[in-house]
Amino acid sequence: MNRIYLDNNATTAVEPAVLEAMLPYFSSDFGNASSIHTFGQRARAAVETARDQLAALLNARSQEIVFTSGGTESDNHAIFGIVAASTARTKHVITSTIEHEAVLNACQVLEKQGVAVTYLPVSREGLIDLNELRKAIRPDTVLITIMHANNELGTVQTLSEIGRIAAEVDVYLHTDAVQSIGKIPVDVKALQLDLLSLSGHKIYAPKGIGALFIKGGTRLRQFLFGGHHQRGFRPGTENVPGIIGLGKAAELARLSLERDAFRIAALRDRLEDGLLARIPDSHANASAAPRTPNTSNLTFPGIEGEALVISLDLKGLACSTGAACSSGAVEPSHVLTAIGLPAAEARASIRFSLGRHTTDAEIDAALEIAPAALAQLREISPTYRRETAAHP
Amino acid sequence: MNAALQLDSLPASAERRPGLVAVAMSGGVDSSTVAAVLLQQGRPVVGLTMQLWNQRRLPELQGDAPARDRCCSLDDVYDAKRVAQHLNFPHYVVNFEEQFEQRVVRPFVEQYLAGRTPIACTNCNSDVKFEPLLRMARQIGAEHLATGHYARIRHHALTGRYQLLRARDDSKDQSYFLWGLTQAQLSRSEFPLGELTKDEVRRLARQANLPVAEKPDSMELCFVPNGNYVRFIHAYSRESGKPLKNPEGDIVTEEGTVIGRHSGVHNYTIGQRKGLGFATGKPIYVLAIDPEQNRVVVGEDDALRSVSFEMEGVNWISIAEPAAPVRALVKIRHKHDPAPATAEALPGLRARITFEQPQRAVTPGQAAVIYDGDSVLAGGWIRSSR
Repeated sequence: MNRIYLDNNATTAVEPAVLEAMLPYFSSDFGNASSIHTFGQRARAAVETARDQLAALLNARSQEIVFTSGGTESDNHAIFGIVAASTARTKHVITSTIEHEAVLNACQVLEKQGVAVTYLPVSREGLIDLNELRKAIRPDTVLITIMHANNELGTVQTLSEIGRIAAEVDVYLHTDAVQSIGKIPVDVKALQLDLLSLSGHKIYAPKGIGALFIKGGTRLRQFLFGGHHQRGFRPGTENVPGIIGLGKAAELARLSLERDAFRIAALRDRLEDGLLARIPDSHANASAAPRTPNTSNLTFPGIEGEALVISLDLKGLACSTGAACSSGAVEPSHVLTAIGLPAAEARASIRFSLGRHTTDAEIDAALEIAPAALAQLREISPTYRRETAAHP
Repeated sequence: MNAALQLDSLPASAERRPGLVAVAMSGGVDSSTVAAVLLQQGRPVVGLTMQLWNQRRLPELQGDAPARDRCCSLDDVYDAKRVAQHLNFPHYVVNFEEQFEQRVVRPFVEQYLAGRTPIACTNCNSDVKFEPLLRMARQIGAEHLATGHYARIRHHALTGRYQLLRARDDSKDQSYFLWGLTQAQLSRSEFPLGELTKDEVRRLARQANLPVAEKPDSMELCFVPNGNYVRFIHAYSRESGKPLKNPEGDIVTEEGTVIGRHSGVHNYTIGQRKGLGFATGKPIYVLAIDPEQNRVVVGEDDALRSVSFEMEGVNWISIAEPAAPVRALVKIRHKHDPAPATAEALPGLRARITFEQPQRAVTPGQAAVIYDGDSVLAGGWIRSSR
């Protein structure tokens, strides 16, 4: 079966050029980047090149990049690190209701530790209200952490405005940019960011590598203690092949971002419009907001998103619903609930996320497979019949 | 040992059905073997594992047992995935936590607090496995759901009814837990292990090299660690914001004489002898539980026996609801030898059972299942006895 992968917000395939760049660092150039000898020097040089490549993508300085194990570590490091470094007597953090669990659960732990947290609500389009943000700021606010692009909806927050507000009141601003990096331009200077989290495996680098941008001068408590790697700030022997992969992926993203974005957005729009036209009583979520070019979140009332995702997978089309938990079962989406979808509609929603390798032919196939599967599901859906019967 | 038993020499299922079949996979040896058997018969299989209970809930219970020993643990989900990978068929985890809590866990706790002794597995079968899971199977294109239950289904050509029969292996028979299945549910269900013994199932699992072939059977309620349901009820009630008040009350004789104190009605089961907290000359047993007056009534063995009781929520399976009383064998708990009785259908999905000989500990909240030989005529909940 020729499988079609429309779940690139979950993870992406490692780009062949990325893999090729990494391969020598597993075997021939396997050195520890901290070693004195030639093996180590080669690894060090490659790691620093990767740091430059990533810094170039973000318009950051190389020394502002710390490599981590991924988005979750970066988010935790930023949030706990800023709060712990603050000497204020009372502390307050502002975030939103649609953050990734890496941010939400970290904030919940902070609350248990006595830190006040404001969870800003979002509009139907998944955007926070900047006036609400202004109002939420308190004298003891130490951190604003607002995600750049949402993983489920693709909604892009007006981060430049948020950056302006944070700068006005001189509060640190962190953003989880895991879903925006490589899809839309991200310039840490223009956005006035203090901290930014990103992950390799969403941009065609491998899993297990990520980075945290920390603006020079930011007061951040370190998270792990050990050797002197990465200036002692994030100890642990560097994941050299992963770092090389992330650097290469960042370079490819910088070079092809614009071209990819136009092409992928056109495919996404064709998929979204085609499905909405072919499937009655369906709607797209947050489609009026600025979105990442690859993401489409659709609601098909009367079906269980979980059942649709399984039937589509059985027919060779991979997409997703909600957020997967460790067993792989689907948990109700806090994001769709936050934009005001009733529970039944949240359950009836699925996400397609395209990627650099999505083809025209795959979108054609998806436009055949999905409407057929949906019609079959609705045929045996007790709720869909009831809904249609209620509106004769 | 029956060395001749091979996967391909199994009795073909009564009717070979075409099309995709969903297998409800717990990660245990029984349901895994079901998948192996069906694949061997050339049936296309999709595995479904239900996520029923968030093991991170009720953290105060977590020291009780490694989650490993319980079903619906993550390890069991991964075991099911390993089996599917090994046998090369698609497998998915589906989330029924909400339904499981509403239809199984909460009623289980409420019943105990109301002085009854519930059977969660029956609710889980009727209201979760053969309801949302079966619907999920149909939605993804599988017209039938196969499970690892030890029981049999037969379609009766003359009456057109789907009959539920005891398993060939009497020691493993689970028909007592399946009496709630409707004709529509039975028509879409398959129990491929109904003709096999547990030893044969293990042997088939080994022949198929299933990674779970040597996994021990799970015996307890999947959501209650260590079988300690009293602690579970306390923790669950606390989590629901309704912590149990001091639940102590009197233990009384049938005449109403107070002879001791009890620690909460949910700690007691009818017929229970041990753990009453005091010693008397003769053995005494719990006769009745009275949640209204918060009393536990005790007495001697004779008083524990009843001749007759009423059932509610009765589901007639192998026969339509009979107009006249029928003679049958009636089983009143999982480990009870079915006893001769007369069963009379009453209006409103009720029935009256009259035993030939008085039976010990007829327990409200438990199920009574009416058998004719191997065939399950009906089942229902025990309401009252006398």
